[in-house]
Amino acid sequence: MIKPIYGLMAEFDNPTALVSAARAARQQGYRKLDAYSPFPIEELTDALHLHHNRLPLIVLCGGILGGLTGYLMQYYVTVISFPINIGGRPLHSWPAYIIITFELTILFGAISAVLGLLGLCGLPMPYHPAFNVPRFALASRNRFFLCIEAEDPLFDRERTSAFLETLEPREVSEVAH
Amino acid sequence: MADEPQVIERPQSRIIAPGYTFGTVTDQIATVVLTGRTPVFWMACFSVGLALLFLFLWAVALLFAKGVGIWGIRTPVMWGFAITNFVWWIGIGHAGTLISAILLLLNQRWRNSINRFAEAMTLFAVACAGMFPILHLGRPWLAYWLFPYPNTMGVQPQFRSPLVWDVFAVSTYATVSLLFWFVGLLPDLATLRDRTTSRIARFSYGILAMGWRGSARHWSVYETASLLLAGLATPLVLSVHTVVSFDFTIAIVPGWHSTFFPPYFVAGAIYSGFAMVLALAIPLRSVYGLQGLITDKHLDNSAKVMLATGLIVAYAYILETFTAWYSGNVYEGASIWNRMTGPYAPYYWALIMCNIILPQCLWMKRVRGNPLLLFIWSIIVLVGMWLERFVIIVSSLAQDFLPSSWSIFQATRWDWATYIGTIGLFLFLFFTFIRLLPMISIFEVRTLLPQAKVEEEVRG
Repeated sequence: MIKPIYGLMAEFDNPTALVSAARAARQQGYRKLDAYSPFPIEELTDALHLHHNRLPLIVLCGGILGGLTGYLMQYYVTVISFPINIGGRPLHSWPAYIIITFELTILFGAISAVLGLLGLCGLPMPYHPAFNVPRFALASRNRFFLCIEAEDPLFDRERTSAFLETLEPREVSEVAH
Repeated sequence: MADEPQVIERPQSRIIAPGYTFGTVTDQIATVVLTGRTPVFWMACFSVGLALLFLFLWAVALLFAKGVGIWGIRTPVMWGFAITNFVWWIGIGHAGTLISAILLLLNQRWRNSINRFAEAMTLFAVACAGMFPILHLGRPWLAYWLFPYPNTMGVQPQFRSPLVWDVFAVSTYATVSLLFWFVGLLPDLATLRDRTTSRIARFSYGILAMGWRGSARHWSVYETASLLLAGLATPLVLSVHTVVSFDFTIAIVPGWHSTFFPPYFVAGAIYSGFAMVLALAIPLRSVYGLQGLITDKHLDNSAKVMLATGLIVAYAYILETFTAWYSGNVYEGASIWNRMTGPYAPYYWALIMCNIILPQCLWMKRVRGNPLLLFIWSIIVLVGMWLERFVIIVSSLAQDFLPSSWSIFQATRWDWATYIGTIGLFLFLFFTFIRLLPMISIFEVRTLLPQAKVEEEVRG
């Protein structure tokens, strides 16, 4: 019995090769694939159809929550919990609340951006099969990798491997689980 | 690197020296951290920082034991050095956020090689700034009273006070700066994890990198997150010094009570911040041989920002004087007149010299192109900006409405020890950062290389 693998990984030495390989793989019908690069490549996002993510929505919700928290906290303190009458001025002095409302909007927005980033990326992730490929350490230096995962319905060890070889990579390797 | 093609580009964009490859930029920046050899320069700066940090701890221990009376703060100058230093430090921090957030949104790619250490500078400057209001509280161990929390005393902070706004503004600023800095570090921590040969280092960087692997899915979310954080940090940084200036403008003290303070303070903050960026970048790049990444173009651009913000500050000084005269307010007029001719006149004219007259030399390309002169000029601006804060705070408080309550502020040795001590804290934190984390954002510098461009004709 052959041991199941995570996928097949092809190594390229420039971003152009990786982007065209990713486009070719999409064209072949592969959908469960991921590319790894040492810096963000806009064309790659395009090639893999990754343009939509929910982060802006998460940040919007976080910001609104922060703004509400800031305003309502100040309202509660100055009107309900600890009212101080200063020369008969209104307790609900909203202009004075604006700054802290604003600061908490930013604070909650920024925290939700970071948590959202980690959440959407599935980080922290202590283990990932990609690291089983010894040369993958170069993905954070100067090499570009395309990985077609075994979960893909079109995945077949021989045929996928042969396909990746046609893209003229430096090397194709199997990714163990 | 022999196994990687070099791409020659037109020399118009000299924000990075020609001849670099993905491999060589990675190695050059990572080696500073991963090498076993520590330069003598680092040892010297770190030792100075550590020594001054001990001075700071000594001063603070004495302050805790005896109280704020060891400082020169006496009625009516109750803010003295503490608030001067607070405003000075927090202003220095602003350049880091400007570089990392505003220049990112404006697509100024030259920022990529100076944003990391500038953000670190922000973080440590805010840490130093935060010391002063807390130490100045009189009972620093009760600093948590500044935040609203349910308590048995039945009292709450006064949300209509700019001092409480300041607590929220500065703590938000510190938190957001830390988050932004950490998010920026994530891919570089992964690089260090993959490059190091030491097991302890691999484990530590591995934990911090959280399993970052440069996946396209991650990068796409990452880019969105960077833009959103930059978009949030931009209004934040403008608001922080605005709120700091509210500490003054909302009071009725002559010399403080002006609607002009917020833009004046923000410009001054960026002015001193860029001076600090230059004061750090110039020695670092020559010691670590990073002239190819932090090029003369960067120094030139930073000097131009300094010149521009310096002119705004000059305009503010002129307008401040004009308003005092034009308002016809006798107290405003007397306050500015006292500043110019009274006991603090030497400080006032020194700050005019440091902040307005001498920086005009930056118009000359010869000065902007000479790192040594730029270094000296940035120190002049830092001194000038400190004097500005000192004059605004101390001279306004020393001579306000009632001549019978006028009194001159005399700084004690503990004032100086605490101030110089925070410079030690800053140096200590900054040089610890230089040794343990990459001082230049490796992945962002990779995107500056000509070979990072995807050639479109290959598409398909």
